[in-house]
Amino acid sequence: MLKKITAWVEDRMDLSTVRHLMLEKTVPKHRYTFFHLFGGAALFLFVIQIVTGILLLLYYKPTAGEAYKSVKFIITQVPFGWLIRSIHSWSANLMILAIFLHMFAKYFLKAYRKPRELTWISGFILLVLAMGFGFTGYLLPWNELAYFATRVGTESVGATPLIGHWLLQVFRGGEDVTGATLNRFFAIHVTVLPLVIIGILSIHLLLVQAQGMSKPIDVEEKGKIPFFPNFMLRDLMMWLGALIILLGLATFLPWELGRPVDTFASAPAGIKPEWYFLSMYQILKWMPAALAGIPGELIGIALINIGGALVLLVPFLDRKASREERSPWFTIFGILALVFLVAITVYAKLY
Amino acid sequence: MALSRRKFLNGLLGIFSLGGMAAVMSPVIQYLTPVKKQETAVSSVVAAKANELTPNTGKLFRFGSKPGILIMTPDGEYRAFSAICTHLGCTVQYSSEEQQIWCACHNGHYDLNGNVVSGPPPRPLEAYACFAKGSEIFVQRQKS
Repeated sequence: MLKKITAWVEDRMDLSTVRHLMLEKTVPKHRYTFFHLFGGAALFLFVIQIVTGILLLLYYKPTAGEAYKSVKFIITQVPFGWLIRSIHSWSANLMILAIFLHMFAKYFLKAYRKPRELTWISGFILLVLAMGFGFTGYLLPWNELAYFATRVGTESVGATPLIGHWLLQVFRGGEDVTGATLNRFFAIHVTVLPLVIIGILSIHLLLVQAQGMSKPIDVEEKGKIPFFPNFMLRDLMMWLGALIILLGLATFLPWELGRPVDTFASAPAGIKPEWYFLSMYQILKWMPAALAGIPGELIGIALINIGGALVLLVPFLDRKASREERSPWFTIFGILALVFLVAITVYAKLY
Repeated sequence: MALSRRKFLNGLLGIFSLGGMAAVMSPVIQYLTPVKKQETAVSSVVAAKANELTPNTGKLFRFGSKPGILIMTPDGEYRAFSAICTHLGCTVQYSSEEQQIWCACHNGHYDLNGNVVSGPPPRPLEAYACFAKGSEIFVQRQKS
């Protein structure tokens, strides 16, 4: 039966690319092959995000008056609503963690080097989009923490030279964070970002398929693993691991809803953003009011953007790796960046 | 150098394309820019009842569409400020322990005159005038 269907389809279109992917695609086998699995885990968690996101949409109401109540209804009245919402929130965090792990793994394997520069750039854009998902989704329950996080986040955008104030208004839908902001964030979260991310993700995956997986410089290759089914089964094991962790977290540490927004209340003590924004938060916190006449927050935001630009441009900065030569300075820089990122995140969380 | 007909037409096409894009983008950008709402300018409000605050305490009040903070200093004097932190716009609160105005978002501290004591805020809080009238404490915008 399957053969008949395949033959019917093949009569109408060329399936050689699919057949090549299924039967002939291989993955280089070496001692770091494991590090290729984080991207698949991120993709798996993204699929979970889409499914749970659609389920949440059935009950969620994106207005200032109803948003908090509707999320409360989901987690208290709808059968398994608490689980769906908890999975959505935890999966978002795990997805961003998986993307970070994927990025650092690829960085240390120097997988960004020629000819995979575009794969790296599209991957970086995906990380930024995933963080955008986190930022816009965070506001949707319309709770106290989300309200102030959005005020700070959008105010930071307002520090952009020349178009800052206009951008702030466009994001907020006015001068302040109000129901209009919630409407805009909802639209961005459920329509704009998914469309953009699926486009960029398609390019990213197409590049991975077209170019295959990179082999680290100077690492002994111990042959090839067929992608299907051998590597796919390893991917599945990774997905299973991610699913077990996700379900464990969602079940035993259900995501809290917090208190509803009161636009005339003070920011509560101990208010902090999600862990993946903590490094930026801490940098902004450390900035003095002004430095050489330049506002501190502008310097902080500029530093964050410069850091991002450096990561984006790594394939073009690391010339040695592009010539298939070892580039130990970039490895050292990566280790320092990773240590700094972890240390500043832990510090911001604790103090 | 003579301009070939092809180059001329390509240039013209480029200009028309840019014009077309501008014609599409302009209404989109204007649509995205929020409509300015007419807000009644509030010049003074009742911030608290006369017996509501005790020395070394504070409360938030609505000043139009923005929050304000009214403080009774340890000496029993009333002071009022905008409650919007000048750093990144969080709402501040009064810390009785430190006898300072504090922003929880990035740990900005202001003294009882609204001046920055520590942390990242770049400017003092906007100060309001306050006065007691009958059993109420009024706050009003200071004339610049």
